[in-house]
Amino acid sequence: MNGHFNNALKSLQGMLGTMSVYAEEAVRLSGKAIDELSVASAMQVIEGDEKLNSMENEIEEECLKILALYQPVASDLRNVVTILKVNSELERVGDLAVNIAERVRSLDSFKNSNIEKFDFNKMLQLSCGMLKDALDSLVYHNIILAQEVITRDEKVDIIHRDNYGIVRTFIIKHPNSAEYYLNGLTISRCLERVADIATNIAEDVIYLESGSIVRHCHETGKTNEL
Amino acid sequence: MGIKIQTQNLNFFYGNHQALFDNNLVIPANQITAVIGPSGCGKSTHLRVYNRIFELYREQKATGEVIIDGKNILDNDVDVLELRRKVGMIFQKPTPFPMSVFDNVAYPLNLHYKLDKKAIEERVEQALRGASLWDEVKDKLYSSGLALSGGQQQRLCIARTIASEPEILLMDEPTSAIDPVATLKIEELMDSLRERFTIVIVTHNMQQAARISDQTVFFYKGRIIEYGQTKDIFTNPKNKQTEEYITGRFS
Repeated sequence: MNGHFNNALKSLQGMLGTMSVYAEEAVRLSGKAIDELSVASAMQVIEGDEKLNSMENEIEEECLKILALYQPVASDLRNVVTILKVNSELERVGDLAVNIAERVRSLDSFKNSNIEKFDFNKMLQLSCGMLKDALDSLVYHNIILAQEVITRDEKVDIIHRDNYGIVRTFIIKHPNSAEYYLNGLTISRCLERVADIATNIAEDVIYLESGSIVRHCHETGKTNEL
Repeated sequence: MGIKIQTQNLNFFYGNHQALFDNNLVIPANQITAVIGPSGCGKSTHLRVYNRIFELYREQKATGEVIIDGKNILDNDVDVLELRRKVGMIFQKPTPFPMSVFDNVAYPLNLHYKLDKKAIEERVEQALRGASLWDEVKDKLYSSGLALSGGQQQRLCIARTIASEPEILLMDEPTSAIDPVATLKIEELMDSLRERFTIVIVTHNMQQAARISDQTVFFYKGRIIEYGQTKDIFTNPKNKQTEEYITGRFS
Protein backbone atom coordinates (compact mmCIF):
# COMPACT_ATOMS: atom_id res chain seq x y z
CA MET A 1 0.00 0.00 0.00
CA ASN A 2 2.87 2.32 0.82
CA GLY A 3 4.12 2.78 -2.75
CA HIS A 4 0.64 3.12 -4.19
CA PHE A 5 -0.35 5.64 -1.53
CA ASN A 6 2.80 7.71 -2.07
CA ASN A 7 2.20 7.78 -5.83
CA ALA A 8 -1.43 8.79 -5.34
CA LEU A 9 -0.43 11.54 -2.90
CA LYS A 10 2.29 12.86 -5.23
CA SER A 11 -0.14 12.97 -8.13
CA LEU A 12 -2.66 14.81 -5.91
CA GLN A 13 -0.01 17.34 -4.85
CA GLY A 14 0.83 17.88 -8.53
CA MET A 15 -2.83 18.52 -9.36
CA LEU A 16 -3.14 21.03 -6.51
CA GLY A 17 0.08 22.74 -7.66
CA THR A 18 -1.42 23.22 -11.13
CA MET A 19 -4.66 24.53 -9.64
CA SER A 20 -2.68 26.98 -7.48
CA VAL A 21 -1.03 28.40 -10.60
CA TYR A 22 -4.44 28.88 -12.26
CA ALA A 23 -5.96 30.51 -9.15
CA GLU A 24 -3.03 32.91 -8.67
CA GLU A 25 -3.13 33.81 -12.34
CA ALA A 26 -6.89 34.48 -12.14
CA VAL A 27 -6.41 37.04 -9.35
CA ARG A 28 -3.42 38.61 -11.07
CA LEU A 29 -5.38 38.94 -14.34
CA SER A 30 -8.43 40.38 -12.59
CA GLY A 31 -6.11 42.98 -11.01
CA LYS A 32 -4.72 43.78 -14.44
CA ALA A 33 -8.29 44.08 -15.75
CA ILE A 34 -9.14 46.69 -13.08
CA ASP A 35 -5.85 48.53 -13.42
CA GLU A 36 -6.02 48.82 -17.19
CA LEU A 37 -9.82 48.65 -17.39
CA SER A 38 -9.20 45.80 -19.81
CA VAL A 39 -12.34 43.94 -20.85
CA ALA A 40 -10.18 41.34 -22.65
CA SER A 41 -8.38 40.44 -19.41
CA ALA A 42 -11.69 40.36 -17.56
CA MET A 43 -13.13 37.95 -20.14
CA GLN A 44 -10.05 35.76 -19.81
CA VAL A 45 -10.66 35.49 -16.04
CA ILE A 46 -14.37 34.73 -16.47
CA GLU A 47 -13.76 32.06 -19.12
CA GLY A 48 -10.88 30.52 -17.16
CA ASP A 49 -13.04 29.89 -14.10
CA GLU A 50 -14.58 26.79 -15.64
CA LYS A 51 -11.15 25.17 -15.61
CA LEU A 52 -10.77 25.88 -11.88
CA ASN A 53 -14.23 24.47 -11.18
CA SER A 54 -13.51 21.22 -13.00
CA MET A 55 -10.11 20.91 -11.30
CA GLU A 56 -11.81 21.31 -7.93
CA ASN A 57 -14.07 18.36 -8.72
CA GLU A 58 -11.19 16.20 -9.95
CA ILE A 59 -9.08 16.89 -6.85
CA GLU A 60 -11.99 16.30 -4.50
CA GLU A 61 -12.81 12.97 -6.18
CA GLU A 62 -9.16 11.95 -5.94
CA CYS A 63 -9.01 12.89 -2.22
CA LEU A 64 -12.16 10.90 -1.47
CA LYS A 65 -10.76 7.93 -3.39
CA ILE A 66 -7.52 8.05 -1.37
CA LEU A 67 -9.43 8.35 1.93
CA ALA A 68 -11.62 5.37 1.03
CA LEU A 69 -8.85 3.16 -0.35
CA TYR A 70 -5.94 3.85 1.99
CA GLN A 71 -7.55 5.23 5.15
CA PRO A 72 -4.47 7.35 5.85
CA VAL A 73 -3.48 8.41 9.37
CA ALA A 74 -1.09 10.91 11.01
CA SER A 75 0.84 13.12 8.52
CA ASP A 76 -0.67 11.22 5.57
CA LEU A 77 -4.17 12.06 6.81
CA ARG A 78 -3.20 15.69 7.44
CA ASN A 79 -1.79 15.89 3.90
CA VAL A 80 -4.98 14.64 2.24
CA VAL A 81 -7.26 16.73 4.46
CA THR A 82 -5.17 19.86 3.80
CA ILE A 83 -5.30 19.28 0.04
CA LEU A 84 -9.08 18.83 0.26
CA LYS A 85 -9.45 22.13 2.14
CA VAL A 86 -6.99 24.16 0.04
CA ASN A 87 -8.70 22.80 -3.07
CA SER A 88 -11.99 24.35 -2.08
CA GLU A 89 -10.28 27.60 -1.00
CA LEU A 90 -8.66 27.90 -4.44
CA GLU A 91 -11.99 27.40 -6.18
CA ARG A 92 -13.32 30.32 -4.12
CA VAL A 93 -10.32 32.42 -5.14
CA GLY A 94 -11.39 31.77 -8.74
CA ASP A 95 -14.94 32.92 -7.97
CA LEU A 96 -13.63 36.11 -6.35
CA ALA A 97 -11.44 36.82 -9.37
CA VAL A 98 -14.53 36.43 -11.58
CA ASN A 99 -16.47 38.75 -9.31
CA ILE A 100 -13.74 41.38 -9.65
CA ALA A 101 -13.54 40.93 -13.41
CA GLU A 102 -17.29 41.37 -13.77
CA ARG A 103 -16.99 44.95 -12.37
CA VAL A 104 -14.57 46.11 -15.06
CA ARG A 105 -17.18 47.13 -17.64
CA SER A 106 -18.99 49.27 -15.07
CA LEU A 107 -15.75 50.95 -13.90
CA ASP A 108 -14.82 51.55 -17.53
CA SER A 109 -17.97 53.62 -18.08
CA PHE A 110 -16.68 56.11 -15.47
CA LYS A 111 -13.22 56.31 -17.07
CA ASN A 112 -13.61 59.92 -18.21
CA SER A 113 -15.52 61.15 -15.18
CA ASN A 114 -13.82 63.65 -12.84
CA ILE A 115 -14.83 61.87 -9.62
CA GLU A 116 -12.23 60.62 -7.12
CA LYS A 117 -11.07 57.15 -8.22
CA PHE A 118 -10.06 54.09 -6.26
CA ASP A 119 -6.47 52.92 -6.34
CA PHE A 120 -6.47 49.16 -5.80
CA ASN A 121 -2.76 48.67 -6.48
CA LYS A 122 -1.64 48.39 -2.87
CA MET A 123 -4.49 46.10 -1.92
CA LEU A 124 -3.88 43.95 -4.99
CA GLN A 125 -0.20 43.72 -4.23
CA LEU A 126 -0.85 42.71 -0.61
CA SER A 127 -3.60 40.15 -1.35
CA CYS A 128 -1.77 38.55 -4.28
CA GLY A 129 1.45 38.48 -2.23
CA MET A 130 -0.32 36.76 0.66
CA LEU A 131 -1.87 34.18 -1.66
CA LYS A 132 1.47 33.46 -3.34
CA ASP A 133 3.33 33.13 -0.03
CA ALA A 134 0.61 30.95 1.52
CA LEU A 135 0.83 28.57 -1.44
CA ASP A 136 4.65 28.67 -1.32
CA SER A 137 4.54 27.80 2.38
CA LEU A 138 2.42 24.76 1.46
CA VAL A 139 4.82 23.59 -1.24
CA TYR A 140 7.99 24.20 0.79
CA HIS A 141 6.55 23.06 4.16
CA ASN A 142 7.50 26.49 5.52
CA ILE A 143 5.61 27.06 8.77
CA ILE A 144 7.46 30.38 9.46
CA LEU A 145 6.27 31.82 6.15
CA ALA A 146 2.72 30.59 6.88
CA GLN A 147 2.74 32.35 10.26
CA GLU A 148 4.04 35.51 8.62
CA VAL A 149 1.23 35.45 6.02
CA ILE A 150 -1.36 35.38 8.81
CA THR A 151 0.07 38.54 10.37
CA ARG A 152 -0.31 40.45 7.06
CA ASP A 153 -4.10 39.97 6.90
CA GLU A 154 -4.73 42.91 9.23
CA LYS A 155 -3.17 45.37 6.75
CA VAL A 156 -5.64 44.33 4.04
CA ASP A 157 -8.52 44.53 6.50
CA ILE A 158 -7.55 48.11 7.36
CA ILE A 159 -7.46 49.15 3.70
CA HIS A 160 -10.88 47.58 3.16
CA ARG A 161 -12.29 49.39 6.18
CA ASP A 162 -10.86 52.66 4.85
CA ASN A 163 -12.44 51.96 1.46
CA TYR A 164 -15.79 51.55 3.17
CA GLY A 165 -15.38 55.02 4.71
CA ILE A 166 -14.34 56.49 1.36
CA VAL A 167 -17.38 55.02 -0.37
CA ARG A 168 -19.73 56.40 2.24
CA THR A 169 -18.25 59.90 1.93
CA PHE A 170 -18.05 59.91 -1.87
CA ILE A 171 -21.54 58.57 -2.47
CA ILE A 172 -22.86 61.54 -0.50
CA LYS A 173 -20.57 63.87 -2.45
CA HIS A 174 -21.26 62.34 -5.90
CA PRO A 175 -24.62 60.56 -5.67
CA ASN A 176 -24.75 60.16 -9.47
CA SER A 177 -21.61 58.03 -9.33
CA ALA A 178 -22.90 55.64 -6.65
CA GLU A 179 -22.61 52.71 -9.08
CA TYR A 180 -18.88 53.32 -9.47
CA TYR A 181 -18.27 53.40 -5.73
CA LEU A 182 -20.45 50.40 -4.98
CA ASN A 183 -18.62 48.36 -7.60
CA GLY A 184 -15.33 49.60 -6.19
CA LEU A 185 -16.44 48.49 -2.76
CA THR A 186 -17.28 45.03 -4.13
CA ILE A 187 -13.79 44.76 -5.59
CA SER A 188 -12.30 45.86 -2.29
CA ARG A 189 -14.33 43.20 -0.50
CA CYS A 190 -13.24 40.52 -2.98
CA LEU A 191 -9.57 41.41 -2.47
CA GLU A 192 -10.06 41.37 1.28
CA ARG A 193 -11.61 37.88 0.91
CA VAL A 194 -8.62 36.73 -1.17
CA ALA A 195 -6.41 37.78 1.75
CA ASP A 196 -8.70 35.89 4.15
CA ILE A 197 -8.41 32.78 1.98
CA ALA A 198 -4.62 33.14 1.93
CA THR A 199 -4.82 33.28 5.74
CA ASN A 200 -6.95 30.12 5.79
CA ILE A 201 -4.43 28.32 3.57
CA ALA A 202 -1.58 29.46 5.84
CA GLU A 203 -3.52 28.09 8.83
CA ASP A 204 -3.96 24.80 6.97
CA VAL A 205 -0.20 24.68 6.40
CA ILE A 206 0.40 25.13 10.13
CA TYR A 207 -2.02 22.25 10.80
CA LEU A 208 -0.31 20.11 8.17
CA GLU A 209 3.16 20.69 9.56
CA SER A 210 2.47 20.78 13.29
CA GLY A 211 -0.89 19.06 13.83
CA SER A 212 -2.17 22.15 15.66
CA ILE A 213 -5.43 23.75 14.60
CA VAL A 214 -4.81 27.51 14.81
CA ARG A 215 -7.96 28.66 13.02
CA HIS A 216 -9.94 31.20 15.07
CA CYS A 217 -7.07 31.38 17.57
CA HIS A 218 -5.89 34.86 16.64
CA GLU A 219 -7.73 38.16 16.55
CA THR A 220 -7.92 39.57 13.04
CA GLY A 221 -9.67 42.77 14.00
CA LYS A 222 -12.32 42.26 11.33
CA THR A 223 -15.48 44.31 11.33
CA ASN A 224 -18.80 42.89 10.34
CA GLU A 225 -20.11 46.01 8.72
CA LEU A 226 -20.22 44.46 5.23
CA MET B 1 -11.08 9.16 35.17
CA GLY B 2 -9.37 6.88 37.72
CA ILE B 3 -6.31 4.78 37.11
CA LYS B 4 -6.98 1.03 36.89
CA ILE B 5 -3.56 -0.35 36.03
CA GLN B 6 -0.15 1.20 36.42
CA THR B 7 3.10 -0.50 35.42
CA GLN B 8 6.36 0.79 36.83
CA ASN B 9 9.71 -0.28 35.41
CA LEU B 10 8.21 -3.54 34.21
CA ASN B 11 10.81 -5.88 32.71
CA PHE B 12 10.15 -9.36 31.40
CA PHE B 13 12.45 -12.27 30.68
CA TYR B 14 12.09 -15.51 28.71
CA GLY B 15 14.97 -17.29 30.42
CA ASN B 16 18.00 -15.11 29.64
CA HIS B 17 16.25 -13.20 26.89
CA GLN B 18 14.82 -9.87 27.99
CA ALA B 19 11.54 -9.14 26.16
CA LEU B 20 10.26 -6.03 27.97
CA PHE B 21 12.34 -3.05 29.07
CA ASP B 22 11.23 -0.61 31.76
CA ASN B 23 7.60 -0.40 30.68
CA ASN B 24 5.90 2.51 32.44
CA LEU B 25 2.25 2.82 31.58
CA VAL B 26 -0.98 4.11 33.06
CA ILE B 27 -4.25 2.50 31.99
CA PRO B 28 -7.38 4.49 32.87
CA ALA B 29 -10.44 2.73 34.28
CA ASN B 30 -13.47 2.10 32.06
CA GLN B 31 -11.66 2.96 28.88
CA ILE B 32 -10.42 0.90 25.96
CA THR B 33 -6.65 0.95 25.59
CA ALA B 34 -5.26 -0.41 22.33
CA VAL B 35 -1.74 -1.84 22.23
CA ILE B 36 -0.10 -1.72 18.80
CA GLY B 37 3.31 -2.53 17.39
CA PRO B 38 5.08 -4.90 15.00
CA SER B 39 5.10 -8.66 15.60
CA GLY B 40 7.40 -9.74 18.39
CA CYS B 41 7.60 -6.27 19.97
CA GLY B 42 6.25 -7.42 23.35
CA LYS B 43 2.58 -6.44 23.19
CA SER B 44 1.18 -9.85 24.16
CA THR B 45 4.00 -10.43 26.63
CA HIS B 46 3.12 -7.17 28.37
CA LEU B 47 -0.57 -8.13 28.48
CA ARG B 48 0.20 -11.60 29.90
CA VAL B 49 1.80 -10.03 32.97
CA TYR B 50 -1.47 -8.41 34.06
CA ASN B 51 -3.00 -11.73 35.13
CA ARG B 52 0.30 -13.55 35.71
CA ILE B 53 -0.62 -16.16 33.15
CA PHE B 54 3.08 -16.29 32.22
CA GLU B 55 3.74 -18.11 35.49
CA LEU B 56 2.46 -21.29 33.88
CA TYR B 57 5.96 -21.44 32.33
CA ARG B 58 8.74 -21.78 34.86
CA GLU B 59 11.50 -19.99 32.91
CA GLN B 60 9.49 -16.79 32.45
CA LYS B 61 9.95 -13.94 34.90
CA ALA B 62 8.64 -10.40 35.40
CA THR B 63 10.29 -7.67 37.51
CA GLY B 64 9.07 -4.21 38.44
CA GLU B 65 5.54 -3.40 39.50
CA VAL B 66 2.08 -3.87 38.05
CA ILE B 67 -0.29 -1.98 40.31
CA ILE B 68 -3.96 -2.83 39.95
CA ASP B 69 -6.29 -0.89 42.23
CA GLY B 70 -3.34 0.15 44.38
CA LYS B 71 -1.88 -3.36 44.85
CA ASN B 72 1.24 -4.71 43.13
CA ILE B 73 -0.05 -7.95 41.59
CA LEU B 74 3.49 -9.31 41.22
CA ASP B 75 3.79 -9.57 45.02
CA ASN B 76 3.95 -13.08 46.43
CA ASP B 77 0.88 -12.67 48.65
CA VAL B 78 -1.49 -12.18 45.70
CA ASP B 79 -4.22 -14.81 45.26
CA VAL B 80 -3.59 -15.74 41.62
CA LEU B 81 -6.96 -17.47 41.13
CA GLU B 82 -8.74 -14.32 42.36
CA LEU B 83 -6.44 -12.16 40.18
CA ARG B 84 -7.41 -14.19 37.10
CA ARG B 85 -11.08 -13.80 37.97
CA LYS B 86 -10.60 -10.07 38.25
CA VAL B 87 -8.47 -9.85 35.08
CA GLY B 88 -10.15 -11.91 32.36
CA MET B 89 -8.49 -12.76 29.07
CA ILE B 90 -9.74 -13.35 25.52
CA PHE B 91 -7.33 -14.94 23.05
CA GLN B 92 -6.71 -14.66 19.33
CA LYS B 93 -8.49 -17.90 18.45
CA PRO B 94 -11.81 -18.62 20.10
CA THR B 95 -11.27 -21.22 22.83
CA PRO B 96 -14.68 -22.66 23.73
CA PHE B 97 -14.49 -25.70 26.00
CA PRO B 98 -15.71 -28.98 24.49
CA MET B 99 -19.03 -28.74 26.30
CA SER B 100 -22.44 -27.14 25.81
CA VAL B 101 -22.96 -23.39 25.34
CA PHE B 102 -24.55 -23.25 28.79
CA ASP B 103 -21.74 -25.17 30.50
CA ASN B 104 -19.09 -23.04 28.85
CA VAL B 105 -20.49 -19.97 30.59
CA ALA B 106 -21.40 -21.77 33.82
CA TYR B 107 -17.88 -23.20 34.18
CA PRO B 108 -16.22 -20.17 35.81
CA LEU B 109 -19.30 -19.64 37.99
CA ASN B 110 -18.87 -23.10 39.43
CA LEU B 111 -15.16 -22.41 39.86
CA HIS B 112 -15.39 -19.05 41.61
CA TYR B 113 -18.81 -18.96 43.24
CA LYS B 114 -21.11 -21.29 45.16
CA LEU B 115 -24.43 -20.60 43.50
CA ASP B 116 -27.63 -22.59 43.29
CA LYS B 117 -28.95 -23.83 39.95
CA LYS B 118 -31.40 -20.96 39.48
CA ALA B 119 -28.78 -18.32 40.22
CA ILE B 120 -26.38 -19.97 37.76
CA GLU B 121 -29.06 -19.98 35.06
CA GLU B 122 -29.67 -16.29 35.65
CA ARG B 123 -25.97 -15.43 35.53
CA VAL B 124 -25.46 -17.47 32.34
CA GLU B 125 -28.31 -15.64 30.62
CA GLN B 126 -26.99 -12.31 31.89
CA ALA B 127 -23.48 -13.06 30.55
CA LEU B 128 -24.78 -14.25 27.17
CA ARG B 129 -26.90 -11.11 26.88
CA GLY B 130 -23.89 -9.01 27.91
CA ALA B 131 -21.88 -10.63 25.12
CA SER B 132 -24.69 -9.93 22.59
CA LEU B 133 -25.09 -13.67 22.00
CA TRP B 134 -28.29 -14.56 23.87
CA ASP B 135 -30.71 -14.10 20.96
CA GLU B 136 -28.58 -16.33 18.74
CA VAL B 137 -28.10 -19.22 21.22
CA LYS B 138 -31.11 -19.17 23.55
CA ASP B 139 -32.67 -22.10 21.65
CA LYS B 140 -29.49 -24.19 21.58
CA LEU B 141 -28.05 -23.66 25.04
CA TYR B 142 -27.35 -27.37 25.42
CA SER B 143 -25.73 -27.84 22.01
CA SER B 144 -21.95 -27.96 21.82
CA GLY B 145 -20.18 -24.61 21.97
CA LEU B 146 -17.88 -25.93 19.26
CA ALA B 147 -20.81 -26.00 16.82
CA LEU B 148 -21.11 -22.19 16.82
CA SER B 149 -19.54 -20.00 14.10
CA GLY B 150 -16.11 -18.45 14.74
CA GLY B 151 -17.57 -15.07 15.66
CA GLN B 152 -20.17 -16.65 17.95
CA GLN B 153 -17.47 -18.80 19.59
CA GLN B 154 -15.44 -15.66 20.33
CA ARG B 155 -18.50 -13.97 21.86
CA LEU B 156 -19.13 -17.15 23.84
CA CYS B 157 -15.60 -16.82 25.24
CA ILE B 158 -16.35 -13.18 26.10
CA ALA B 159 -19.57 -14.33 27.84
CA ARG B 160 -17.59 -16.98 29.76
CA THR B 161 -15.07 -14.34 30.81
CA ILE B 162 -17.57 -11.69 31.91
CA ALA B 163 -19.71 -14.29 33.75
CA SER B 164 -17.17 -14.32 36.56
CA GLU B 165 -17.55 -10.51 36.81
CA PRO B 166 -14.00 -9.41 36.12
CA GLU B 167 -13.00 -5.75 36.29
CA ILE B 168 -10.45 -5.86 33.50
CA LEU B 169 -10.73 -7.57 30.11
CA LEU B 170 -7.50 -8.36 28.27
CA MET B 171 -8.03 -9.08 24.59
CA ASP B 172 -5.15 -10.47 22.58
CA GLU B 173 -6.02 -9.92 18.91
CA PRO B 174 -9.61 -11.06 19.54
CA THR B 175 -10.81 -10.53 15.97
CA SER B 176 -7.82 -11.65 13.91
CA ALA B 177 -9.33 -15.08 13.25
CA ILE B 178 -12.87 -14.00 12.39
CA ASP B 179 -14.60 -12.39 9.41
CA PRO B 180 -15.34 -8.62 9.09
CA VAL B 181 -19.04 -8.92 10.01
CA ALA B 182 -18.26 -10.88 13.19
CA THR B 183 -15.42 -8.40 13.88
CA LEU B 184 -17.87 -5.52 13.74
CA LYS B 185 -20.14 -7.30 16.25
CA ILE B 186 -17.22 -7.81 18.64
CA GLU B 187 -16.23 -4.15 18.27
CA GLU B 188 -19.78 -3.02 19.02
CA LEU B 189 -19.79 -5.37 21.98
CA MET B 190 -16.52 -3.89 23.27
CA ASP B 191 -17.99 -0.43 23.00
CA SER B 192 -20.93 -1.48 25.17
CA LEU B 193 -18.64 -3.26 27.65
CA ARG B 194 -16.43 -0.27 28.36
CA GLU B 195 -18.96 1.10 30.85
CA ARG B 196 -18.48 -1.95 33.06
CA PHE B 197 -14.89 -3.00 32.38
CA THR B 198 -11.44 -1.63 31.72
CA ILE B 199 -10.43 -3.13 28.39
CA VAL B 200 -6.90 -3.59 27.03
CA ILE B 201 -6.72 -4.91 23.49
CA VAL B 202 -3.71 -5.99 21.46
CA THR B 203 -4.38 -5.51 17.77
CA HIS B 204 -2.50 -5.49 14.48
CA ASN B 205 -5.40 -3.74 12.84
CA MET B 206 -4.63 -0.01 12.90
CA GLN B 207 -8.14 0.96 11.86
CA GLN B 208 -9.58 -1.16 14.64
CA ALA B 209 -7.35 0.56 17.20
CA ALA B 210 -8.38 3.95 15.81
CA ARG B 211 -12.08 3.02 15.76
CA ILE B 212 -12.57 1.51 19.16
CA SER B 213 -9.95 2.71 21.59
CA ASP B 214 -9.70 5.78 23.81
CA GLN B 215 -6.00 5.43 24.38
CA THR B 216 -3.28 3.85 22.23
CA VAL B 217 0.12 2.48 23.24
CA PHE B 218 2.86 1.87 20.68
CA PHE B 219 5.42 -0.81 21.50
CA TYR B 220 8.70 -1.44 19.70
CA LYS B 221 11.38 -3.93 20.68
CA GLY B 222 9.97 -4.38 24.16
CA ARG B 223 9.81 -0.67 24.93
CA ILE B 224 6.85 1.68 25.11
CA ILE B 225 7.67 4.28 22.50
CA GLU B 226 4.58 6.44 22.83
CA TYR B 227 1.17 6.37 24.43
CA GLY B 228 -1.65 8.84 24.57
CA GLN B 229 -5.14 9.65 23.40
CA THR B 230 -5.99 7.62 20.28
CA LYS B 231 -7.13 10.74 18.40
CA ASP B 232 -3.71 12.31 18.97
CA ILE B 233 -1.72 9.19 18.09
CA PHE B 234 -3.59 8.74 14.82
CA THR B 235 -3.61 12.38 13.73
CA ASN B 236 -0.43 13.78 15.18
CA PRO B 237 1.92 11.28 16.83
CA LYS B 238 4.85 12.88 18.64
CA ASN B 239 7.36 10.13 17.93
CA LYS B 240 8.85 9.50 14.49
CA GLN B 241 8.78 5.70 14.93
CA THR B 242 5.07 5.80 15.83
CA GLU B 243 4.39 7.93 12.75
CA GLU B 244 6.32 5.52 10.53
CA TYR B 245 4.57 2.47 11.98
CA ILE B 246 1.00 3.72 11.72
CA THR B 247 1.52 5.13 8.23
CA GLY B 248 3.02 1.84 7.04
CA ARG B 249 6.50 3.25 6.42
CA PHE B 250 8.13 1.17 9.12
CA SER B 251 11.30 -0.66 8.12
